[in-house]
Amino acid sequence: MKRFEKKLWLGIFAMAVLSPLGIILPEKFGAEGAWGEWGTDTLEKLLGYVPGGLKKTADIWAAPIRAYSFGGEGAVLSTRIVSYIVSAFIGIVLAYIIILVISRLLFKHEK
Amino acid sequence: MPLTKTRFLENVMHIPDGYLSPQTYIPLYGVSIVVWRMALKKIRDDLSAKHIPYLAMAAAFSFLVQMFNIPIPGGTTGHAVGAGIIALLLGPWTAVIAVSVVLIIQAFVFGDGGITAIGANCFNMAIVMPFVAYWTFNLLRGLSQNTVRVTVAAFFSGYVGLSAAAICTAFMFGIQPVIASGPDGMPLYAPYPLSIAIPAMAIEHLFLFSIVEGVMTVALLKYFLKNESTLIYAMKETSHEKI
Repeated sequence: MKRFEKKLWLGIFAMAVLSPLGIILPEKFGAEGAWGEWGTDTLEKLLGYVPGGLKKTADIWAAPIRAYSFGGEGAVLSTRIVSYIVSAFIGIVLAYIIILVISRLLFKHEK
Repeated sequence: MPLTKTRFLENVMHIPDGYLSPQTYIPLYGVSIVVWRMALKKIRDDLSAKHIPYLAMAAAFSFLVQMFNIPIPGGTTGHAVGAGIIALLLGPWTAVIAVSVVLIIQAFVFGDGGITAIGANCFNMAIVMPFVAYWTFNLLRGLSQNTVRVTVAAFFSGYVGLSAAAICTAFMFGIQPVIASGPDGMPLYAPYPLSIAIPAMAIEHLFLFSIVEGVMTVALLKYFLKNESTLIYAMKETSHEKI
């Protein structure tokens, strides 16, 4: 691997390790998280009703690591921080594998 | 308009399931599939096997940068996407695939963005954003190598790119009450009209998140200019002919 590429990967791993800043800072500043605020119960509170089509489709998919947290959206901060870092690495590995598979198919006559 | 009412709209860059009607998300799936096919063909023609590690890094980078939620104190959060800088470094078609892969992982594994909305989310963040960013950069830079001009072009590339994606997202939300209401006239999906959706998404992006995206685009472009300038797709002599 070229030295420059190595440096970039190091940068990427550093980002993964630092990623919990993306949940710690919002918590500190009292900003609502990026997830959970679209829940149907929140809408019920805001609107007084839940739109019919929305209600039917909202929970169509149960993601294995919902909201990047192993303890769900309401987990304690420490659990969410650990989950977040693990999620970051899962994201890197999945992105890498998928891109590799696509590239292999695209460039199968090269190399 | 009470603050809480707009709150759910803010930072819904990743449209969840249930917020778009089928007449919106099905055509957008169609558009995304067509663009994915074009992008894969473009990548095969323009890039070579030596670009594969960079492609993988680009996707990993976009995934990670989206994890850094930026808080608006007492309000909500948003984040950069990275599609602009990827478009400048590896070309807009490569950015289409890199960011789409990220959005698909986010939806399936982490429930970030809906399964039904993958086409829509890819349209906004993986198609509109990289192309608007790339065009903005070329428009502002011309063929200049002048540092100030390149810096300004890079900033607005990220800034305009993310803003365009946010406004497209808001537009998709805002048309829902018009195109999808029940027999009683009540909205079936995203309930807020354009007059609420557009300002809610536009303001927070124009004043914060897009600025972050712009600054990040400048910083990374400068890093590559210093270390591996030959790699930069948008600054190759022929890049204007390629698109």
